[in-house]
Amino acid sequence: MRAYKPKDDVQAKAYYTDRYYVAPQVPKQDVDCDEVFAADLEAIKAKFEVKDAYIQVEQMVIYINPHDIYGVLELMRDELEYTQLSEMSAIDWLAKDNTFEIFYQMLSMTKRKRIRVKYFIENGQAVDSVEKLFRSADWSEREMYDMFGIEANGHPFMKRILMPYDWQGHPLLKTYPLEGDEFAAWYEVDKIYGKEARDIIGPELRDTARVDRYDSERFARLGFEVPKGTEITDDMEPTVQEYQEDGGVFLIRKVDKESSKVIDDPQR
Amino acid sequence: MAQHKVNYTQDGGLPVALTSIDKIVNWGRSNSLWALTYGLACCGIEMMASGASRFDFDRYGTIFRASPRQADVMIVAGTLTKKHAEFIKRLYDQMTEPRWVISMGSCANTGGMFNTYATVQGADRIIPVDLYLPGCAPRPETLQYGVMLLQKKIRANKAGNAQKAKRLM
Repeated sequence: MRAYKPKDDVQAKAYYTDRYYVAPQVPKQDVDCDEVFAADLEAIKAKFEVKDAYIQVEQMVIYINPHDIYGVLELMRDELEYTQLSEMSAIDWLAKDNTFEIFYQMLSMTKRKRIRVKYFIENGQAVDSVEKLFRSADWSEREMYDMFGIEANGHPFMKRILMPYDWQGHPLLKTYPLEGDEFAAWYEVDKIYGKEARDIIGPELRDTARVDRYDSERFARLGFEVPKGTEITDDMEPTVQEYQEDGGVFLIRKVDKESSKVIDDPQR
Repeated sequence: MAQHKVNYTQDGGLPVALTSIDKIVNWGRSNSLWALTYGLACCGIEMMASGASRFDFDRYGTIFRASPRQADVMIVAGTLTKKHAEFIKRLYDQMTEPRWVISMGSCANTGGMFNTYATVQGADRIIPVDLYLPGCAPRPETLQYGVMLLQKKIRANKAGNAQKAKRLM
């Protein structure tokens, strides 16, 4: 459980800031308690080294060596009927021991089972692409490169997929600030108008709780709408915004709020 | 004796004969506001609803056009991401003058709930905005109200003068 913290000023300050929080694990079971998984594990163990294996939430998790991944997935696809790669990505453990955990979620439609294949790589190390085995790994590996900076060897088009090609930084790293670094904050200004426009356009306003009723450059107060840039004083009269000018518009019927009909029957 | 009354505060005190050209041009412009189909996120659904039969934008002469060359008003309906920022600028530049921009919904106004690295914190960082519509997402009635206010704004301007350059730079 996360420790309780007072929440009386949540607008001013985020009450939950621990980016390295690790959720507690649900209980693990032995692989022997499921005969389908036990047989699968035996078949994999016959050819490859399996470092760890257990069942968690009715899914088997196995840990292998990084260089075995193509062989293991090929074996699982061709002989063990795990024909779908549902998802693959990485988990950032850089703060703990400078590693990434890579996972591949496999699904067998015939056995109705799921296996998660995992391994650890060092920071800066590349992984082997499994795009030749599963087409779904094409975009997943590009996303992993985009978000974590982990490259996949043998991938046909190792480029960013979500962020622009000229982006700097990998946003899903835990060290990446949520509101963006210096590059991200000025990305669109630098790209469209150039760096010299920074002074004119100004920095981003990131405080979502900020309300300034004297600010008429951005928003008008409801019922006190004024033209942009007008000086707002405390003793202002409320302004009623009409659809049309007093004199009306040629050929267009004047909207009369008094005589407009309000339909309050929801079953009309 | 004939009763007549000259309102010197209206139309800058000018005779009606000189302002009527302005009026008729602005009347035409304000009642045929062709909008660019620019639904970027969920606000686009409300924008589509505004154009469909129940709310019926055609009553105002607002017809959605799929090309910026044919559009008068750009309704920025939805989250503007930083990846998309250059394209909104390009589309805005492709629109012929006079042109107007309605920023629809919290995301286009300020970035809204997306206080993240990938979202532009307000479309007015890229292009000049005439009207901001609050809401997440604004109801079609809000968009219709916004278009009617924009019509009022257009009628208040001088038509003969070239539109003042509204570029940020």
